[in-house]
Amino acid sequence: MSTLTEQQTMPEVEQEVTRKVAIICSKGSLDMAYPGLIMANAARMMGMDAMIFFTFWGLDVVTKSKVEHLHAEMLGNPSSPMPHAVMGLPGMEALATMMMKKKMENLDIPDIPELLEILDEAGAEMYSCQLAMEMFDVAQDDLVPQVRESLTAMDFWEKAEGAQVVFI
Amino acid sequence: MSTATIAGVPVELDGEGFMTDATQWTREIAEAIASENGIDPLTEKHWQVIDFCRADNEAKGTPPTVRRITKGTGISTKEVYALFPKGPGILASKVSGLPKPKGCI
Repeated sequence: MSTLTEQQTMPEVEQEVTRKVAIICSKGSLDMAYPGLIMANAARMMGMDAMIFFTFWGLDVVTKSKVEHLHAEMLGNPSSPMPHAVMGLPGMEALATMMMKKKMENLDIPDIPELLEILDEAGAEMYSCQLAMEMFDVAQDDLVPQVRESLTAMDFWEKAEGAQVVFI
Repeated sequence: MSTATIAGVPVELDGEGFMTDATQWTREIAEAIASENGIDPLTEKHWQVIDFCRADNEAKGTPPTVRRITKGTGISTKEVYALFPKGPGILASKVSGLPKPKGCI
């Protein structure tokens, strides 16, 4: 058989495998949006392929009307710097959000809309979850332009083949 | 840490192939490291990035991240990635003879 001969005589080619990461963003708060986006960006900076799948509350991160108003949610967070009784008072969440945004700005970390633009330019692929969109009555037009298409869960696994998967 | 000869110059490298002494760097070394990483030849835009990286490292004591490079050179994120397709976060510094950048963005 010719294929066998070819296999025997083929010189060993050293194949360079590109690492790949698929990040599932399922939360819509500011403090849960940043980790996924920053990890994806870091992956691209070092030449890894990166894709992000926005599902459930994670859709807020890429929804035009919400992306600029994400909040830092301290209630239900055991690491909250203040007791929950205090964090639940009116205005506290806004204060926590403002403090976090200020801190990010001082560290020259872009806000979420700009970070999405950077990710897009950096070649990270961003997808929305079709089922979550149906659940929350979100249309493709409601999403930021950096999200190219919506995927079903099975589409996601096909695209994520060979990737390390991170769920946030 | 190891010693290697790049473009005829003996240089110190760390475990990941970054030069540990920026003063040993020459423009020929940049060309050799770039070519080894699939970038050949270095264009004017590459040099603009490299010159910025070296100047910024000199000024700040640490090599710039991709965000600093785009802000400092005015070259877009998209173009910086096109210049260093295998990862500008690592390659811009490596070609410039600088350590691995410490920032996350």
